[in-house]
Formats: sequence, C-alpha cells, structure tokens
Amino acid sequence: MTGGGAPMSELLHRFAERAGDYRADVRLCSQAELPGVLSGLLGKEVVLPQGVPPEWVAGLATIVDDGLSPADLDRPQLSVLTGCAVAIAQTGTLVLDGGPGQGRRLLTLVPDHHVCVVFAHQIVADVPDMFTALPDPTRPLTMISGPSATSDIELNRVEGVHGPRRLDIVCVIDK
Amino acid sequence: MTGSAQPRRVVALGMPRHATGPLAAPITAPEPFADAAARKLKDTQLRANLGHATRTIRDKRAAVVAEVDDWEALRDRAAAVKDDVIARLPELLARFASAATAAGATVHHAADAQQANDIVLGLVQAEQADRVVKVKSMTTQEIGLNEVLEAAGIAAIETDLAELIVQLAHDKPSHILVPAIHYNRSQIRDLFALRMPGFAADSDDPAQLAGAARRYLREQFLSAQVGVCGANFAVAETGSLVIVESEGNGRMCLTLPRTLIAVVGIEKLVPHMADLGDFLRLLPRSSTGERMNPYTSIFTGVTPGDGPQQLHIVLLDNGRGAVAADPVGKQALRCIRCSACLNVCPVYERVGGHAYGSVYPGPIGAILSPQLTGQQAGHNRSLPYASTLCGACYDVCPVKINIPEILVHLRQTGPKPLAERQLMSALSWVMRDRRRWKAALRAARAGSAPLRLMTRRRGHTLRRAPWPLSAWTAHRDAPLPAQESFRDWWRRTHE
Repeated sequence: MTGGGAPMSELLHRFAERAGDYRADVRLCSQAELPGVLSGLLGKEVVLPQGVPPEWVAGLATIVDDGLSPADLDRPQLSVLTGCAVAIAQTGTLVLDGGPGQGRRLLTLVPDHHVCVVFAHQIVADVPDMFTALPDPTRPLTMISGPSATSDIELNRVEGVHGPRRLDIVCVIDK
Repeated sequence: MTGSAQPRRVVALGMPRHATGPLAAPITAPEPFADAAARKLKDTQLRANLGHATRTIRDKRAAVVAEVDDWEALRDRAAAVKDDVIARLPELLARFASAATAAGATVHHAADAQQANDIVLGLVQAEQADRVVKVKSMTTQEIGLNEVLEAAGIAAIETDLAELIVQLAHDKPSHILVPAIHYNRSQIRDLFALRMPGFAADSDDPAQLAGAARRYLREQFLSAQVGVCGANFAVAETGSLVIVESEGNGRMCLTLPRTLIAVVGIEKLVPHMADLGDFLRLLPRSSTGERMNPYTSIFTGVTPGDGPQQLHIVLLDNGRGAVAADPVGKQALRCIRCSACLNVCPVYERVGGHAYGSVYPGPIGAILSPQLTGQQAGHNRSLPYASTLCGACYDVCPVKINIPEILVHLRQTGPKPLAERQLMSALSWVMRDRRRWKAALRAARAGSAPLRLMTRRRGHTLRRAPWPLSAWTAHRDAPLPAQESFRDWWRRTHE
C-alpha cells in the first residue's frame, strides 16, 4: 500500500524524517537486523501485546499482556514493544488499531518508553490514505506523532507529559 | 429530561431556541466589551505575554500551512462538508445516535445546558464517584459543568496542563487552545508552588513544570472511575468520536476510567469517517502549528477488554439549532475550535480572552456567543463590535467562516439603544430631503465656526467634545465640518 503512488523508498524516507522532526528516534533496518536493533533499544523489562512475532524478541525477557493493571505498567524501567496498523509519511504518524501485535490502548500509554516497529509497506502518503488502508476504522484507533508533548507554557513545545516520554520507531525495509 | 441512563431514540430538535437562563452565564458577557477591553489594555504583563505567545504560534502556523499545496481546496472541501452537516442536522444526528447505540454507547439528547448538566450529574452519581478526570473540552465549559459537579460535591479535575493552571489559579480560560496563554512561566511556577500538592521544581523551565504536572496527575488517572470529555468530531456513519490532543491526558481519560461521558455539540458531526482525512490535515496546522498533534484517538462505542466499558454520549443543542436557522450566521457552526482566528486578531492580541466575557473569546467568540444566547443576553450584543473588520480571521479560518460578514450581520440585526435609534431616524429624516440636508450642513458650519480658531493648529480636528459626542472623541479625533460644501465651492468657482 503506497498511498499516493509515490515509490516506497520515498515514503519511507519521508516518514523517517517527519517522525524524527517530532523527536521520535527513528532507525532503519532490514528484517534480519530487527532482533538485534530491538534488543539494543529495549530495557530490562519488556511488555508485549499478544501477537508480537517471537523472533523479534528472541533471547529477551518479556511479559505478554494478559490483562496487566495500569499500576503494573506504571514502572519506570518498563518498555513496551508493538507493531502498528498503518504509518503516515507526510506527518510522521503511527496508527495503532488494537490488532495483533498492538494490543490494548493503555499498553502504549502508561509505560514511559514505547518501541514501535513499522514495515515499509505499511506507510501511506498522507492522512486521508489512512482511512482506506485500515482494515476496520471502527476499531479503537490511536494516532501517535512523536512523544507526548505540550505547548501550554508560553507556546513552547515540551516533550513528555503524560504519555511515553521516549518513542523509538524501527522502520523495517521490506525485501 | 432526567438523568436516567435510558437512551432516547427520538431525535427531537423541536423549535430552535437560544441558550438561556442562569446556565448560559459561561457564554454571556457580564459587561460591555468596550469597558472590559479598556481595563485589560492597562495590564502590560498580559499584553507582553499575549504578544509573545500569539507571535510564536502565528509563525509556526504559517510555516506548516505553506507546506500544503492544496490548502485552499482543502478549506473549500471542509467548509462544504460542514455546510452539508448543518443543512442535514436532524438526519445525521439520528444516524449518529443509532450507529453509536449499535456499537454499545448510550446516547442522550440535551436541548440546553441545564439538561446536559442534569444528565452528566445523574450518570456520575449513579457510578458513586466523588471525582471525575476531564479532557479539555470547550463544550463542558460552555455549560458550566465543573461548577455543577462541584456544587454536588464531585471534584472535576482538569487534566490538560493549561486547564490545570487555570483551575489551580481559580481563574478563567482566556484562549480556546491555550487557556493559560495569559500566564508566563514564572507566574506558573509561583502558582504551582502555592497550590499543587507535593510540588518540587527548582526552576521555571517549562519541562520541569510539565514534569510536576505529570507526577501530580498520574495518581488521579490511575484511580479515577469516571472520565469526562468532549469531542473534536463525531462521525454520523459509524457513531465514532474523535479526540485530538497533545499531552496524553486525553488518552488517559479515554482509556483508564470504567465509565466515559462525552458531551458533544451537535455541530461536531461529519457524515463519514473518510471526511476526517481533510479535517485532520487542517486542524493541527491551524491550531498548534504542527503537521500533526501528538495523539489523536478515534473510538467507536465500547470495545470489550479495551478502555471504558460504559460510554455515554450527550448530544448538546444549547442554541445551535437557532444558529442553524440564520442564513448568514449559520456558518459559525462550521467552527472546529482551532483558535487560529484568535492568534491573528489585532483586538484579541491586545485585550486577551477575558475581555470577551465568554468561554469563547476572540473573533469566533464574538460571533458564536451572541448567536448561541441571542443578542439580548447580558452584554453579548457588544461582542460583534469587538473587531476592526480587518478580515485576518477569515483568511486563516480552516473552514472559511466569513467572520467579518457575520460581525456586520449581527451589528445590523442586533438591539440598539433608544438614543441611537432616535438619532438614526432623525438623521434619516434629514438626509432624505436635499433642502433639509443643506440646511443642516449650514447650521453645523455656523455652529462650529468658533471652534475653527481653536483647532487651527491641529488641522481643524477636535480632540475632545462635550457629552454625548465625548463617546466618539474618547478614541478618535472629530473633524470639524468643512468651511464650504462641495456644491457651494462648485457654484462659486464654475458658475
């Protein structure tokens, strides 16, 4: 799915640049490099939603969400690892719809560190393309553009209010 | 109307009526705009804070809007979608209500603020909650929900940073997007030190202040039973609600509590999910000057195992039906509350939001408040005059509301004081007849002759005139009538 018909590599690079503009840390890698990149990013405690492929986290200690409480997730050392449903190049936005590998909405909200894996084929050009790319837009959708931020004090942008203060995005270049 | 949780299946808009009664207070100016503005102009700190903030946001907006090639086409499409919604409100409301109900939400209809507050209070009491966590919402401010909840012993905790600042200060919001725009960082630090339990920060660095708010609010989020929100958009086709935010406080309120109550103005509807594509490109750029805000949540009814398991949606009219019936004024219902018009308004930039006496300040407030309440309410008839008609608000409006046109329309149709009406009808009688007009001009020349000597050095303009003309000369010079009329000059030199 390449939205406006632009070549995939162009969308991928635009996505990476725009997500970086909003202070997400973005890395590009191949499918084979993914586990290595993830183990470098993830902390000691990692929470996963159901449906994350086991090979992504081979060798890491992980907890799979089976109804963890918000208090369980509210610990400083905790990272959460998810995939996404769609990503938007123009705005550097991740879109999660609660599908496999994404989980409940609070999983990507309460922990202080979110690592999200995006495959190049999931990137669409702009916001309107998202609605055609999503399998079912009536699932609970969360659009994420950079870490939590506020501009409420003198309209200066400050990263990190209530959501995860660190957002790492790993873009996987499809073969 | 009762506070019962039974869905009402009939969409009864009934006769359009204005928002009235004591509960219209949040959108009713308690004093004439000119009086409030004159006082606010003397607050130099306020003007400095506002000048800095509005300049910052104007520049950011201009940069991200310039990136969009089809911005004008986008505005046209969004305006057309909203006009279609306004024309088909009853039909789309019924569609929204049945789709949301099918998805597991309970839909309530409120004709005015009183009904909406009764419904929400009833729901919170049924949950036996002693407090609610709130997402920033203009609609709940419009109906004065926090005050109603607090009178019933229920704490309404604002979780947006700026709303929290305003709430801790026992102040009122002064901007739609940045309610605490009138505070600078050192004022905020002092306020937190005074009023925020457990506050500790050694500087007034915004990051430290935001960190303090994070720690303070986290316990509230983790223990709250009930969340209250508004909505940026409501999708008729699917019954979905959209919340656009930055901090994550919205996501906290939308996912952690067991019960969520959304108070949604009926003009927030869009027909289809696909319509959001354009609006989500327009809103963040116009609002915070970002390509996209950090978090947007779109949710449809109740999802088992994810988020609140009870969702109540209160659809609020509160004067909107009456606005929809005005052929010129109805454009105001297109508004998506981005606040771009505030940031470019030369009047707002100098007087700030409080001078408008309504939770809706600035150019949009000047057309929205008097239309929602009717111009007779309080001093709302003075708001359409809170403008120079420069048109900057129209230029930046993402849904192309012709604000100057509505301002003029409201000035023309609004109530006028008796003296002004008498003066205008006398003037109309004089100007209808050439001889009467000529005689009047001659009298004015003769009457002002003694003043010509006094005002010679100032180009024959009067700085201060006696009452009632002093109302005019308080802010402008009054030119004296010309010594000779054009007709007299022509006769003297050409005939």
